[in-house]
Amino acid sequence: MKIWTRAAAAALLMTVAIPASAAECIAPANPGGGWDFTCRQIGRIMTELGLVPNMVQVTNLAGAGGGVAYTQVVSKRSSDPEVFVAASSSTTTRLAQNAFAGATADQVRWVGSIGGDPGVIVVAQDSPFQTLNDLVEAVKADPASVAFAGGSAVGGYDHLKVLMLLNEAGFDDMRAIKYIGLDGGADAITQTVGGFAQAMTGDLSEITGFIRSGDVRPIAVLSEERVAGFDNVPTAKEQGIDSVSMNWRGVYVPKDISDEDYDKWVDMLRQVGESEQWQAVMAENGLESYALFGDEFEAFVNQSIADVQDISREIGLVQ
Amino acid sequence: MAFPPEWGSKIMETLANLAMGFSIALTPYTLMLAIIGCFVGTIIGALPGLGPSNGVALLIPISFSMGLDAISALVLLTSVYYGAMYGGRISSILLNIPGDEPAMMTTLDGYPMAKQGKASEALVVSGVASFVGAMLATIGLMIFAPYLARVAYQFGPAEYFALYMLAFCTLGGIGSSNQAKAAMAAAIGLGIAMIGLDKTTGMPRFTFGELHLMDGVDFLVAIVGLFAVAEVFHFIESHGKDSAIGVKLGKILVPWRMLKQTSGAMLRGTGIGFVAGVLPGAGASLGSFLAYMAEKSVAKGADKASFGKGNPKGVAAPEAGNNAAAGGALVPMLTLGVPGSGTTAVLLALLLTLNITPGPLLFAERPEVVWSLIASLLIANVVLLLMNVPMVKVFVKILSVPAWVLLPGVTMIAFVGIYSLTGSSFDMLLMVAFGVLGYVMRKLGIPTVPVILGILLGNAMEDNLRRAMVLSNGDWWYLLSSPIAIGLWIAAIVGFVAPIFLRRILKKPAVPHDPTLNED
Repeated sequence: MKIWTRAAAAALLMTVAIPASAAECIAPANPGGGWDFTCRQIGRIMTELGLVPNMVQVTNLAGAGGGVAYTQVVSKRSSDPEVFVAASSSTTTRLAQNAFAGATADQVRWVGSIGGDPGVIVVAQDSPFQTLNDLVEAVKADPASVAFAGGSAVGGYDHLKVLMLLNEAGFDDMRAIKYIGLDGGADAITQTVGGFAQAMTGDLSEITGFIRSGDVRPIAVLSEERVAGFDNVPTAKEQGIDSVSMNWRGVYVPKDISDEDYDKWVDMLRQVGESEQWQAVMAENGLESYALFGDEFEAFVNQSIADVQDISREIGLVQ
Repeated sequence: MAFPPEWGSKIMETLANLAMGFSIALTPYTLMLAIIGCFVGTIIGALPGLGPSNGVALLIPISFSMGLDAISALVLLTSVYYGAMYGGRISSILLNIPGDEPAMMTTLDGYPMAKQGKASEALVVSGVASFVGAMLATIGLMIFAPYLARVAYQFGPAEYFALYMLAFCTLGGIGSSNQAKAAMAAAIGLGIAMIGLDKTTGMPRFTFGELHLMDGVDFLVAIVGLFAVAEVFHFIESHGKDSAIGVKLGKILVPWRMLKQTSGAMLRGTGIGFVAGVLPGAGASLGSFLAYMAEKSVAKGADKASFGKGNPKGVAAPEAGNNAAAGGALVPMLTLGVPGSGTTAVLLALLLTLNITPGPLLFAERPEVVWSLIASLLIANVVLLLMNVPMVKVFVKILSVPAWVLLPGVTMIAFVGIYSLTGSSFDMLLMVAFGVLGYVMRKLGIPTVPVILGILLGNAMEDNLRRAMVLSNGDWWYLLSSPIAIGLWIAAIVGFVAPIFLRRILKKPAVPHDPTLNED
């Protein structure tokens, strides 16, 4: 009987009225992606820690790579203290490339980041490339001979990882680097294992299964230090190329909420980030700790945007 | 593919695993969830505008708030998934409005059958075809999944491009007997597909600065507009005289002879659909389309000519095809984490939220999840066969209310369905615009199915062509660089040329060309 009352209550909640006081997390994409994951996990942990009175309502507001949600928050909900939005490196990348119809990063308030997904470069098991330097040398010798596959469109974060890495390695003809954008990391791996692309760039979390099954071989992880659980994968830094790409997972809130409300969100997010539950989630999903909050995080966002703008200019994506 | 040496023990292992799956999935509680899921799914599928993907997406939060464990949530949602695939055909046959996009092909012969007073036969044949397709596909998934995952590795940009070419080359004979009109409709669809962010350069195209157009036009918006809204316009104009709405249904009898006659079509449809489902870039719509076209091309003489006018094979093949593809699409989703369709993308989301990461190790690491999922698919299938053949009247009742109730209902569901999908009023306006387009096209005798196909496949086709060009540094011969690609190109060329020659042979007095057939 109990389950029925709960089901009925849930159905009622879905269809009739959502209490105005409930915290809401907007995932700017369809269920299944990283943003949806961020919302659902943060929401679950906030409820479990008792930081919010009710369940956190997750709203999927897909479109324009996060642009629909962004402009909606800016234009329609700019003073709503109960809403927070999942964000990641993709959000700042697109803001930097002016892909949100003129919206800019200062139109919202950046709360913090609680985890990061280290970038990784993998090759097929039978690939001739053994180290990152083998791959970089091959690109330098003949850029047309190496195609990178990634889960984002041209100009997206997976593409930029490769560009920033090769730039750091001393290769500066950005436009000569071959990159094909597919629908998500798993798709990109399939093309790499099939031998259609020579290397794949993505986030570690989307690749863990394929690494452990032996279908692909990681040749570099783009983090500061080696990642726990993948101790035999060297960082790019160790191999002499100082390039770090962390796809951070964090949130932003509307611009015009009060400072108290903003501080409340920063505090709540910090508690989630420090909770045992979040540590478990990170361990299970191949995320690394990447904690930045408040002003520190706002400064980091502005710096990332400036970096992406530089490189996007070089490949001609922005003028 | 060579059989592994340990074939015999493999079968034993599979059966043991399956028994384990049933022991988890077959409790009275999960059985109840399966029945609820199948019922809700069939309704969601039957209602135009609410398809399997938004149905499943809407139910995810409910399953969480009910506090279901991983297995129960999976049972509920896969039942909804399969249920929607069954349900889609009901409104295709009775209303000429596909309940979901793969059921599009079922309108071509299902609705003419209903008009001829054979609605119940059409429903039973398509119900059984759905069962055959889904059942065999589930068994295929069970036995071959780990090996089939490798098939996806054989398909690169060149192969996918050839596959889409095959679809467009065989499109000529669809719905209308006028090839030029079908080609024009496909061109409209391809044109619409060009709207949005260009993946290869990252530049927006034809978006006029409108953020809602950045991701392109959602095919669900197009399909609901072109079919459901256009049907409403048509109904208003004709005062209900010449509209699909209001088809009467007689007694449900099992037409054994018709089932026997269409069994070949079901099996062929299942094979084609399953393969299409296994390929991540193809999916159920392509599966049902290719199944229909293949069935039409193997038919001969008068049988061939009756396609599009109520041939039961034209109902059996695409229904078997789309349900087999739904099962097949679970293969790349479970073994590679690549969703082959919108609905499997939502199921993937569910698994991830439950902390189950699909991938090459899922079968080895979480056998209890995989096998209880398979067991629940088999259970759902049996439940659905019972619901959709002996009890189909229940669902038909929902659709056979008087026109003054049904029509506002269809309109409302269309709007709510589209709004729930995208949450934007822009898409609702777009849907109405598609309704107007669909109405005009119907007046001009231009089939609408190719428009949807163009929107559905146009993007993927272009992306793959351009990826191929990037990989080959602009060498067009790359498109013919593998045996699979060459085989698909040959099939495409044969599919394009054959009808032109066959028509000459077929143009005998026995099969008179009837110009009035262009009308619908």
